[in-house]
Amino acid sequence: MSPRRIRTWSWLHTWSSLVCTAFLLMLCLTGLPLVFHDEIDDALNPERWQPAHPGTARLDLDELLARALAARPGEVPLFLSFDTDRPVVNVTSGAHPSVSEAAMHFASWDWTSGARVPPADNGEALMHFLLQLHTDLFLGLPGMLFLGAMGVLFTVAVVSGVVLYGPFMRKLDFGTVRTRRSPRVKWLDYHNLLGIVTLAWVLLVTLTGVVNTLAEPIVERWRQVALADLVAGRDGEGVPRQPSSLQAAVDAARAAAPGMVLQFVAFPGVAFTTNHHYAIFLHGNTPLTEHLVTPVLVDARDGTLIGLREMPWYAKALSLSKPLHFGDYAGLPLKILWAALTVITLIVLGSGVYLWLVRRANAAPPLVSAVAEQAGRRESGAA
Amino acid sequence: MRTWGTPAAVGVISAAGLVSALLGDGVVDALATAAAAAPLAVATWALLARRR
Repeated sequence: MSPRRIRTWSWLHTWSSLVCTAFLLMLCLTGLPLVFHDEIDDALNPERWQPAHPGTARLDLDELLARALAARPGEVPLFLSFDTDRPVVNVTSGAHPSVSEAAMHFASWDWTSGARVPPADNGEALMHFLLQLHTDLFLGLPGMLFLGAMGVLFTVAVVSGVVLYGPFMRKLDFGTVRTRRSPRVKWLDYHNLLGIVTLAWVLLVTLTGVVNTLAEPIVERWRQVALADLVAGRDGEGVPRQPSSLQAAVDAARAAAPGMVLQFVAFPGVAFTTNHHYAIFLHGNTPLTEHLVTPVLVDARDGTLIGLREMPWYAKALSLSKPLHFGDYAGLPLKILWAALTVITLIVLGSGVYLWLVRRANAAPPLVSAVAEQAGRRESGAA
Repeated sequence: MRTWGTPAAVGVISAAGLVSALLGDGVVDALATAAAAAPLAVATWALLARRR
Protein backbone atom coordinates (compact mmCIF):
# COMPACT_ATOMS: atom_id res chain seq x y z
CA MET A 1 0.00 0.00 0.00
CA SER A 2 1.43 3.41 -0.91
CA PRO A 3 2.33 5.88 1.89
CA ARG A 4 -0.33 8.25 0.62
CA ARG A 5 -3.02 5.59 0.86
CA ILE A 6 -1.94 4.65 4.36
CA ARG A 7 -2.23 8.29 5.43
CA THR A 8 -5.65 8.61 3.81
CA TRP A 9 -6.97 5.46 5.53
CA SER A 10 -5.43 6.62 8.79
CA TRP A 11 -7.17 9.99 8.54
CA LEU A 12 -10.47 8.21 7.78
CA HIS A 13 -10.00 5.81 10.70
CA THR A 14 -9.09 8.57 13.15
CA TRP A 15 -11.93 10.95 12.36
CA SER A 16 -14.70 8.45 11.73
CA SER A 17 -13.84 6.94 15.12
CA LEU A 18 -13.53 10.20 17.02
CA VAL A 19 -16.86 11.58 15.80
CA CYS A 20 -18.82 8.54 16.98
CA THR A 21 -16.77 7.45 20.01
CA ALA A 22 -18.78 9.32 22.66
CA PHE A 23 -22.02 7.80 21.35
CA LEU A 24 -20.45 4.33 21.06
CA LEU A 25 -19.27 4.59 24.68
CA MET A 26 -22.82 5.50 25.73
CA LEU A 27 -24.28 2.62 23.67
CA CYS A 28 -21.84 0.11 25.19
CA LEU A 29 -22.46 1.30 28.75
CA THR A 30 -26.26 1.31 28.41
CA GLY A 31 -26.23 -1.92 26.39
CA LEU A 32 -24.44 -3.87 29.12
CA PRO A 33 -27.35 -3.85 31.63
CA LEU A 34 -29.88 -4.21 28.82
CA VAL A 35 -28.31 -7.54 27.80
CA PHE A 36 -29.16 -8.83 31.28
CA HIS A 37 -32.61 -7.23 31.58
CA ASP A 38 -34.35 -10.56 32.29
CA GLU A 39 -31.89 -11.50 35.02
CA ILE A 40 -32.04 -8.00 36.54
CA ASP A 41 -35.86 -8.04 36.50
CA ASP A 42 -35.88 -11.43 38.23
CA ALA A 43 -33.36 -10.31 40.85
CA LEU A 44 -35.23 -7.10 41.66
CA ASN A 45 -38.65 -8.79 41.69
CA PRO A 46 -38.04 -12.08 43.48
CA GLU A 47 -41.69 -12.80 44.38
CA ARG A 48 -42.98 -15.31 41.86
CA TRP A 49 -46.54 -14.75 40.70
CA GLN A 50 -48.73 -17.83 40.26
CA PRO A 51 -51.96 -18.08 38.23
CA ALA A 52 -55.17 -18.51 40.27
CA HIS A 53 -56.15 -21.73 38.49
CA PRO A 54 -53.07 -23.34 36.96
CA GLY A 55 -53.80 -26.01 34.39
CA THR A 56 -57.43 -24.99 33.86
CA ALA A 57 -59.09 -23.65 30.71
CA ARG A 58 -58.30 -20.06 29.86
CA LEU A 59 -60.89 -17.31 29.90
CA ASP A 60 -62.58 -16.06 26.76
CA LEU A 61 -60.54 -13.12 25.46
CA ASP A 62 -63.65 -10.94 25.06
CA GLU A 63 -64.45 -11.44 28.74
CA LEU A 64 -60.89 -10.71 29.79
CA LEU A 65 -60.78 -7.61 27.60
CA ALA A 66 -64.08 -6.37 29.08
CA ARG A 67 -62.62 -6.67 32.58
CA ALA A 68 -59.46 -4.84 31.56
CA LEU A 69 -61.43 -1.99 29.96
CA ALA A 70 -63.77 -1.75 32.97
CA ALA A 71 -60.69 -0.79 34.97
CA ARG A 72 -59.87 1.97 32.43
CA PRO A 73 -63.18 3.74 31.75
CA GLY A 74 -63.22 5.86 28.61
CA GLU A 75 -60.25 4.09 27.03
CA VAL A 76 -60.06 1.82 23.99
CA PRO A 77 -57.88 -1.27 23.56
CA LEU A 78 -54.72 -0.77 21.50
CA PHE A 79 -52.68 -3.96 21.85
CA LEU A 80 -52.98 -7.35 23.48
CA SER A 81 -49.86 -9.44 24.06
CA PHE A 82 -49.30 -12.84 25.58
CA ASP A 83 -46.54 -13.96 27.95
CA THR A 84 -44.72 -17.04 26.70
CA ASP A 85 -43.95 -18.62 30.07
CA ARG A 86 -47.15 -18.02 32.05
CA PRO A 87 -50.89 -17.60 31.36
CA VAL A 88 -50.87 -13.82 31.33
CA VAL A 89 -52.48 -11.41 28.88
CA ASN A 90 -51.11 -7.87 28.70
CA VAL A 91 -53.57 -5.16 27.69
CA THR A 92 -52.40 -1.80 26.39
CA SER A 93 -55.12 0.86 26.27
CA GLY A 94 -55.43 4.57 25.61
CA ALA A 95 -57.87 7.43 25.13
CA HIS A 96 -57.92 6.87 21.34
CA PRO A 97 -56.12 4.61 18.81
CA SER A 98 -53.52 7.21 17.81
CA VAL A 99 -52.51 8.15 21.36
CA SER A 100 -48.77 8.68 21.94
CA GLU A 101 -46.76 5.88 23.52
CA ALA A 102 -46.26 7.93 26.69
CA ALA A 103 -50.03 8.22 27.15
CA MET A 104 -50.70 4.48 26.79
CA HIS A 105 -51.63 2.39 29.82
CA PHE A 106 -50.32 -1.14 30.30
CA ALA A 107 -51.74 -3.79 32.65
CA SER A 108 -51.36 -7.56 32.97
CA TRP A 109 -54.21 -9.97 33.63
CA ASP A 110 -54.44 -13.58 34.81
CA TRP A 111 -55.76 -15.54 31.82
CA THR A 112 -57.15 -18.23 34.16
CA SER A 113 -59.16 -15.96 36.49
CA GLY A 114 -59.32 -12.45 35.03
CA ALA A 115 -57.60 -11.04 38.12
CA ARG A 116 -55.05 -8.26 37.80
CA VAL A 117 -51.44 -9.45 37.91
CA PRO A 118 -49.44 -7.18 40.21
CA PRO A 119 -46.76 -5.35 38.21
CA ALA A 120 -43.21 -6.56 38.83
CA ASP A 121 -41.84 -3.09 38.29
CA ASN A 122 -38.89 -2.75 40.67
CA GLY A 123 -36.11 -1.32 38.55
CA GLU A 124 -38.41 -0.92 35.56
CA ALA A 125 -38.02 2.86 35.45
CA LEU A 126 -34.23 2.58 35.30
CA MET A 127 -34.30 -0.10 32.58
CA HIS A 128 -36.80 1.95 30.59
CA PHE A 129 -34.54 5.00 30.92
CA LEU A 130 -31.53 3.01 29.71
CA LEU A 131 -33.48 1.51 26.81
CA GLN A 132 -34.73 4.90 25.66
CA LEU A 133 -31.26 6.41 25.90
CA HIS A 134 -29.81 3.44 24.00
CA THR A 135 -32.54 3.46 21.35
CA ASP A 136 -33.23 7.09 20.51
CA LEU A 137 -31.60 9.47 23.04
CA PHE A 138 -35.18 10.43 24.07
CA LEU A 139 -35.59 12.11 20.68
CA GLY A 140 -37.87 9.62 18.94
CA LEU A 141 -37.27 8.87 15.27
CA PRO A 142 -34.66 11.65 14.76
CA GLY A 143 -32.66 10.22 17.66
CA MET A 144 -32.90 6.70 16.24
CA LEU A 145 -31.73 7.84 12.82
CA PHE A 146 -28.90 9.85 14.36
CA LEU A 147 -27.67 6.79 16.26
CA GLY A 148 -28.00 4.80 13.03
CA ALA A 149 -25.73 7.34 11.34
CA MET A 150 -23.23 6.93 14.19
CA GLY A 151 -23.40 3.17 13.55
CA VAL A 152 -22.59 3.71 9.87
CA LEU A 153 -19.68 5.95 10.87
CA PHE A 154 -18.42 3.29 13.28
CA THR A 155 -18.60 0.74 10.48
CA VAL A 156 -16.35 3.03 8.41
CA ALA A 157 -13.98 3.22 11.40
CA VAL A 158 -13.92 -0.57 11.73
CA VAL A 159 -13.34 -1.18 8.01
CA SER A 160 -10.59 1.45 7.81
CA GLY A 161 -9.04 -0.08 10.93
CA VAL A 162 -8.94 -3.48 9.18
CA VAL A 163 -7.29 -1.89 6.14
CA LEU A 164 -4.62 -0.33 8.39
CA TYR A 165 -4.08 -3.55 10.36
CA GLY A 166 -2.09 -5.09 7.50
CA PRO A 167 0.66 -2.45 7.19
CA PHE A 168 0.87 -2.03 10.97
CA MET A 169 1.28 -5.76 11.63
CA ARG A 170 3.42 -6.59 8.61
CA LYS A 171 6.60 -7.20 10.65
CA LEU A 172 4.96 -8.58 13.76
CA ASP A 173 3.58 -11.98 14.67
CA PHE A 174 -0.16 -12.08 15.27
CA GLY A 175 -1.08 -10.92 18.77
CA THR A 176 2.28 -9.37 19.64
CA VAL A 177 2.04 -6.91 22.53
CA ARG A 178 5.24 -4.94 23.01
CA THR A 179 4.96 -4.26 26.75
CA ARG A 180 8.59 -3.09 27.08
CA ARG A 181 8.18 -0.33 24.55
CA SER A 182 6.51 3.01 25.25
CA PRO A 183 2.92 3.07 26.59
CA ARG A 184 1.87 4.40 23.19
CA VAL A 185 3.25 1.35 21.35
CA LYS A 186 1.90 -1.03 24.01
CA TRP A 187 -1.62 0.40 23.74
CA LEU A 188 -1.44 0.43 19.96
CA ASP A 189 -0.74 -3.32 20.12
CA TYR A 190 -3.65 -3.87 22.53
CA HIS A 191 -5.86 -1.77 20.24
CA ASN A 192 -4.88 -3.80 17.16
CA LEU A 193 -5.16 -7.20 18.83
CA LEU A 194 -8.51 -6.64 20.55
CA GLY A 195 -9.93 -4.79 17.57
CA ILE A 196 -9.09 -7.47 15.01
CA VAL A 197 -10.25 -10.51 17.06
CA THR A 198 -13.62 -8.92 17.86
CA LEU A 199 -14.17 -7.76 14.28
CA ALA A 200 -16.98 -10.21 13.38
CA TRP A 201 -18.93 -9.53 16.56
CA VAL A 202 -18.49 -5.76 16.36
CA LEU A 203 -19.67 -5.67 12.75
CA LEU A 204 -22.64 -7.91 13.58
CA VAL A 205 -23.77 -5.80 16.55
CA THR A 206 -23.15 -2.51 14.75
CA LEU A 207 -24.95 -3.42 11.52
CA THR A 208 -27.92 -5.00 13.33
CA GLY A 209 -28.05 -1.87 15.48
CA VAL A 210 -28.21 0.26 12.34
CA VAL A 211 -31.06 -1.91 11.01
CA ASN A 212 -32.88 -1.53 14.35
CA THR A 213 -32.69 2.24 14.07
CA LEU A 214 -34.73 1.91 10.87
CA ALA A 215 -37.54 0.04 12.67
CA GLU A 216 -40.16 2.75 12.29
CA PRO A 217 -39.70 3.33 8.53
CA ILE A 218 -39.51 -0.45 7.96
CA VAL A 219 -42.74 -1.16 9.85
CA GLU A 220 -44.47 1.74 8.12
CA ARG A 221 -43.39 0.48 4.69
CA TRP A 222 -44.52 -3.04 5.54
CA ARG A 223 -47.88 -1.72 6.68
CA GLN A 224 -48.39 0.49 3.65
CA VAL A 225 -46.98 -1.71 0.91
CA ALA A 226 -47.01 -5.34 1.96
CA LEU A 227 -50.39 -5.31 3.71
CA ALA A 228 -52.03 -2.93 1.27
CA ASP A 229 -53.29 -5.62 -1.08
CA LEU A 230 -54.87 -7.50 1.80
CA VAL A 231 -57.05 -4.57 2.71
CA ALA A 232 -57.52 -3.02 -0.74
CA GLY A 233 -61.01 -1.61 -1.00
CA ARG A 234 -61.80 -2.50 2.60
CA ASP A 235 -60.37 0.51 4.43
CA GLY A 236 -61.25 4.18 4.53
CA GLU A 237 -63.89 4.27 7.23
CA GLY A 238 -63.56 5.01 10.92
CA VAL A 239 -62.87 2.55 13.69
CA PRO A 240 -65.97 0.37 14.28
CA ARG A 241 -67.92 1.28 17.43
CA GLN A 242 -68.90 -2.31 18.16
CA PRO A 243 -66.10 -4.54 16.86
CA SER A 244 -66.70 -8.24 16.29
CA SER A 245 -65.59 -10.89 18.78
CA LEU A 246 -61.87 -10.76 19.60
CA GLN A 247 -61.85 -14.44 20.61
CA ALA A 248 -63.43 -15.46 17.30
CA ALA A 249 -60.86 -13.36 15.41
CA VAL A 250 -57.97 -14.99 17.30
CA ASP A 251 -59.45 -18.47 16.71
CA ALA A 252 -59.77 -17.73 13.00
CA ALA A 253 -56.15 -16.51 12.85
CA ARG A 254 -54.89 -19.63 14.64
CA ALA A 255 -56.83 -21.83 12.22
CA ALA A 256 -55.31 -19.94 9.28
CA ALA A 257 -51.76 -20.39 10.61
CA PRO A 258 -51.65 -23.83 12.25
CA GLY A 259 -48.61 -24.59 14.40
CA MET A 260 -47.82 -20.94 14.99
CA VAL A 261 -47.79 -19.23 18.37
CA LEU A 262 -49.95 -16.23 19.27
CA GLN A 263 -47.77 -13.19 19.95
CA PHE A 264 -49.90 -10.07 19.97
CA VAL A 265 -53.03 -8.42 18.62
CA ALA A 266 -53.21 -4.89 17.24
CA PHE A 267 -56.67 -3.37 17.48
CA PRO A 268 -58.29 -1.37 14.67
CA GLY A 269 -56.80 2.09 14.23
CA VAL A 270 -53.34 1.55 15.72
CA ALA A 271 -50.10 1.77 13.75
CA PHE A 272 -49.79 -1.93 12.90
CA THR A 273 -53.16 -2.30 11.18
CA THR A 274 -56.01 -0.42 9.51
CA ASN A 275 -59.03 1.37 10.89
CA HIS A 276 -61.19 -1.72 10.92
CA HIS A 277 -59.00 -4.79 11.05
CA TYR A 278 -57.67 -6.81 13.89
CA ALA A 279 -54.04 -7.61 13.05
CA ILE A 280 -53.20 -10.83 14.84
CA PHE A 281 -49.47 -11.57 14.90
CA LEU A 282 -48.26 -15.11 15.29
CA HIS A 283 -44.68 -16.36 15.35
CA GLY A 284 -43.02 -19.66 14.48
CA ASN A 285 -42.10 -22.35 16.97
CA THR A 286 -38.47 -23.09 16.07
CA PRO A 287 -35.44 -21.21 17.44
CA LEU A 288 -35.16 -19.30 14.15
CA THR A 289 -38.82 -18.76 13.26
CA GLU A 290 -39.80 -17.66 16.77
CA HIS A 291 -38.30 -14.30 15.78
CA LEU A 292 -40.38 -14.07 12.61
CA VAL A 293 -44.01 -12.98 12.83
CA THR A 294 -46.86 -13.47 10.41
CA PRO A 295 -49.81 -11.08 10.59
CA VAL A 296 -53.34 -12.34 10.01
CA LEU A 297 -55.96 -9.70 9.28
CA VAL A 298 -59.54 -10.16 10.43
CA ASP A 299 -62.27 -7.63 9.61
CA ALA A 300 -63.39 -6.20 12.96
CA ARG A 301 -66.82 -5.24 11.55
CA ASP A 302 -68.00 -8.74 10.73
CA GLY A 303 -65.25 -11.17 11.78
CA THR A 304 -64.32 -12.11 8.20
CA LEU A 305 -60.86 -13.61 7.84
CA ILE A 306 -59.04 -11.45 5.28
CA GLY A 307 -55.81 -13.42 5.01
CA LEU A 308 -52.22 -13.66 6.17
CA ARG A 309 -48.94 -12.45 4.77
CA GLU A 310 -45.40 -13.67 5.36
CA MET A 311 -42.98 -10.92 6.32
CA PRO A 312 -41.10 -9.32 3.41
CA TRP A 313 -37.30 -9.66 3.50
CA TYR A 314 -36.74 -6.25 5.04
CA ALA A 315 -39.14 -6.96 7.90
CA LYS A 316 -37.48 -10.34 8.45
CA ALA A 317 -34.11 -8.57 8.57
CA LEU A 318 -35.47 -6.22 11.21
CA SER A 319 -36.90 -9.08 13.29
CA LEU A 320 -33.65 -11.05 13.21
CA SER A 321 -31.62 -7.92 13.93
CA LYS A 322 -33.12 -7.53 17.40
CA PRO A 323 -31.80 -10.78 18.95
CA LEU A 324 -28.54 -10.54 17.00
CA HIS A 325 -28.02 -7.05 18.43
CA PHE A 326 -28.91 -7.75 22.05
CA GLY A 327 -27.45 -11.28 22.28
CA ASP A 328 -30.43 -12.71 24.13
CA TYR A 329 -31.07 -15.69 21.86
CA ALA A 330 -28.98 -18.50 23.35
CA GLY A 331 -29.22 -18.28 27.11
CA LEU A 332 -27.01 -16.83 29.83
CA PRO A 333 -23.63 -18.06 28.46
CA LEU A 334 -24.11 -16.04 25.27
CA LYS A 335 -25.19 -13.01 27.31
CA ILE A 336 -22.01 -13.27 29.39
CA LEU A 337 -20.00 -13.50 26.17
CA TRP A 338 -21.86 -10.42 24.88
CA ALA A 339 -20.91 -8.52 28.03
CA ALA A 340 -17.25 -9.58 27.78
CA LEU A 341 -17.07 -8.51 24.13
CA THR A 342 -18.74 -5.21 25.03
CA VAL A 343 -16.06 -4.57 27.67
CA ILE A 344 -13.36 -5.36 25.08
CA THR A 345 -15.01 -2.89 22.71
CA LEU A 346 -14.88 -0.27 25.47
CA ILE A 347 -11.13 -0.96 25.78
CA VAL A 348 -10.66 -0.63 22.01
CA LEU A 349 -12.60 2.65 21.97
CA GLY A 350 -10.76 3.98 25.03
CA SER A 351 -7.34 2.99 23.70
CA GLY A 352 -8.15 4.66 20.38
CA VAL A 353 -8.92 7.93 22.13
CA TYR A 354 -5.79 7.52 24.30
CA LEU A 355 -3.58 7.02 21.23
CA TRP A 356 -5.01 10.14 19.62
CA LEU A 357 -4.62 12.24 22.78
CA VAL A 358 -1.03 11.10 23.43
CA ARG A 359 -0.07 11.90 19.86
CA ARG A 360 -1.51 15.41 20.19
CA ALA A 361 -0.13 16.07 23.70
CA ASN A 362 3.43 14.95 22.90
CA ALA A 363 3.41 16.24 19.35
CA ALA A 364 4.99 12.86 18.71
CA PRO A 365 5.41 11.72 15.14
CA PRO A 366 2.37 9.63 14.41
CA LEU A 367 3.02 5.91 14.26
CA VAL A 368 1.28 5.91 10.92
CA SER A 369 4.13 8.09 9.53
CA ALA A 370 6.68 5.44 10.41
CA VAL A 371 4.55 2.75 8.82
CA ALA A 372 3.95 4.89 5.75
CA GLU A 373 7.70 5.63 5.43
CA GLN A 374 8.46 1.90 5.63
CA ALA A 375 5.88 1.29 2.96
CA GLY A 376 7.44 4.04 0.84
CA ARG A 377 10.92 2.50 1.19
CA ARG A 378 9.53 -0.90 0.20
CA GLU A 379 7.92 0.61 -2.88
CA SER A 380 11.18 2.38 -3.82
CA GLY A 381 13.14 -0.84 -3.33
CA ALA A 382 10.70 -2.76 -5.47
CA ALA A 383 11.02 -0.14 -8.21
CA MET B 1 -0.94 -15.32 5.57
CA ARG B 2 1.21 -14.42 8.58
CA THR B 3 -0.76 -11.24 9.08
CA TRP B 4 -4.24 -12.37 8.18
CA GLY B 5 -4.43 -16.13 8.85
CA THR B 6 -5.40 -16.05 12.52
CA PRO B 7 -7.71 -13.01 12.33
CA ALA B 8 -9.55 -14.54 9.36
CA ALA B 9 -9.97 -17.88 11.15
CA VAL B 10 -11.23 -16.18 14.33
CA GLY B 11 -13.65 -14.06 12.30
CA VAL B 12 -15.10 -17.02 10.41
CA ILE B 13 -15.45 -19.22 13.51
CA SER B 14 -17.03 -16.50 15.66
CA ALA B 15 -19.40 -15.40 12.88
CA ALA B 16 -20.49 -19.01 12.34
CA GLY B 17 -21.12 -19.37 16.08
CA LEU B 18 -23.07 -16.11 16.35
CA VAL B 19 -25.38 -17.04 13.48
CA SER B 20 -25.80 -20.75 14.25
CA ALA B 21 -26.90 -19.96 17.83
CA LEU B 22 -30.07 -18.63 16.18
CA LEU B 23 -30.77 -21.97 14.52
CA GLY B 24 -31.00 -24.37 17.42
CA ASP B 25 -31.39 -24.97 21.13
CA GLY B 26 -29.53 -27.00 23.74
CA VAL B 27 -26.36 -28.55 22.37
CA VAL B 28 -26.45 -26.32 19.28
CA ASP B 29 -26.56 -23.25 21.53
CA ALA B 30 -23.64 -24.52 23.61
CA LEU B 31 -21.47 -25.31 20.55
CA ALA B 32 -22.40 -22.04 18.88
CA THR B 33 -21.58 -20.03 22.00
CA ALA B 34 -18.22 -21.81 22.27
CA ALA B 35 -17.45 -20.90 18.66
CA ALA B 36 -18.61 -17.32 19.21
CA ALA B 37 -16.19 -17.13 22.16
CA ALA B 38 -13.19 -17.70 19.85
CA PRO B 39 -12.16 -14.01 20.06
CA LEU B 40 -11.93 -14.22 23.85
CA ALA B 41 -9.87 -17.40 23.74
CA VAL B 42 -7.47 -16.08 21.10
CA ALA B 43 -7.09 -12.68 22.79
CA THR B 44 -6.39 -14.34 26.14
CA TRP B 45 -3.81 -16.65 24.52
CA ALA B 46 -2.12 -13.75 22.77
CA LEU B 47 -2.01 -11.61 25.89
CA LEU B 48 -0.39 -14.47 27.82
CA ALA B 49 1.91 -15.88 25.16
CA ARG B 50 2.83 -12.99 22.91
CA ARG B 51 3.92 -10.32 25.42
CA ARG B 52 7.47 -9.22 24.86
